[in-house]
Amino acid sequence: MLLEDLFRRKQKGNLPGANECADRGIMVFDHTGDVIQAEDILRKGGWEVRVMGPPPEIRTGCDLVIEFPLIEELNILRVLENERIIPIGIVPVTGPLLQPVNLFHTKDFGDYIMVRAANMKLTVEKKTGIIVNISGGGCPDVPFLASRMVGRNLNEAPSPRSIGHTLCGYALQLAYEEVQRRCSE
Amino acid sequence: MGTIPKEDMPTVGGGAMMRDGRLTVDDQYVPVERGTAALIGAAAKTSEVIGIPAPVAYIAGDTGRGLGSRSLYKYMIDVFSEEYFNTFTFHYLQPIVHCHTRLQHVIRDMKRKPFTIADAGFMYVAKMSGYARMYDLFTPDIGELAFLADEAAPHPFYTRGFILHEENRIEDLITRAYKNSNAARFLLVKGRKDCLSDGEGILCEVDSPVEEAMEAIGGTGDTLTGILSALISSGMDVKDAARIAMKTNRLAGSYARPTPATQIRDIINHIPKALEDILSQ
Repeated sequence: MLLEDLFRRKQKGNLPGANECADRGIMVFDHTGDVIQAEDILRKGGWEVRVMGPPPEIRTGCDLVIEFPLIEELNILRVLENERIIPIGIVPVTGPLLQPVNLFHTKDFGDYIMVRAANMKLTVEKKTGIIVNISGGGCPDVPFLASRMVGRNLNEAPSPRSIGHTLCGYALQLAYEEVQRRCSE
Repeated sequence: MGTIPKEDMPTVGGGAMMRDGRLTVDDQYVPVERGTAALIGAAAKTSEVIGIPAPVAYIAGDTGRGLGSRSLYKYMIDVFSEEYFNTFTFHYLQPIVHCHTRLQHVIRDMKRKPFTIADAGFMYVAKMSGYARMYDLFTPDIGELAFLADEAAPHPFYTRGFILHEENRIEDLITRAYKNSNAARFLLVKGRKDCLSDGEGILCEVDSPVEEAMEAIGGTGDTLTGILSALISSGMDVKDAARIAMKTNRLAGSYARPTPATQIRDIINHIPKALEDILSQ
């Protein structure tokens, strides 16, 4: 075997520090019955989920949790809420103590106001309440959400929670709620 | 390579052309709003001005369910096995770690590795999976830089508050991202002041012209990445390409006389004149 081939074979493995479960999340429920129902609903929906024991950092809820694709949190939450199954907590597998962003940056452009939550920015014309721009983000539902929301009034536009799918969509929902709150002041 | 927000858009690859404000990829019409379409449009316009062949784009329809992204990851594994590109830009894709890892292994095994640029969702998955240092260039905005600097956050949605509070200290965030191996070889940070850095520090900065409204306009970061991709593809040195791209994007924005309600296609139309002006200086 050539040295080069041997080197290439060694390289086939993952990098040190590579994390194959970084895009997974954990949903915590009050009751085992909810876990079983949620697993059934999500599997039927085509998601890769598994029931497992909770990590030691999570001390609330029952003795089972569901591992799921974290990026799709917004869509998965909507599906479960439609079935009246509400998790009491959702955390990343790699950081069970992490919390969603709760810091908002606001910029006043005079006739317009822009609110940023994490990586998502939403800008509204103050006088009319029309959403004039959505910026930031990297998940594929961001351009989709922008195409549905921009040009429409805050009260008429579909909310990211109702049509978004991902964590970027979720961040946009937070910006949307914050700008609604500010426009109603 | 990236997704377009139309569920019925098939996975296609081919030459990208921008004519009369209309973008086509492999003769498929693609609406230019924001995201990957804006990036491709800007790269196509830049390529015309500097006289290089039109960029080749690989796109798939995805509105956030991830189906188009999965298809595109798989498609690109086959493409990379057969074709060579000197520069490749990864953009709006659902961050799916195992799909990214497979694709990264294919890139790593290429005899001639392309210059790899990652932005948007692909940059997120590159960082979250621990492969950031395998890329040549990331193009984060300030919020995304905070995410890269936060070694614990799997997505910008989970960036910790004490790091978000540091947003005015860009150099500290860059240092933290490199310290934890969560940055590519180069970082081009888009913001009020654009800058290019590597692991040693900031290499160049551009802060004019300033148009405050640009921050609100969806797609201004995408156009910067598109211009930069085309310039690097032409063989230009990274530092020169970054400086020209940062200036061109700002000037194109300025020529559009933007308000926070301006749409990105209005800025893309000004890229050729802005680039010609910058190149002639």
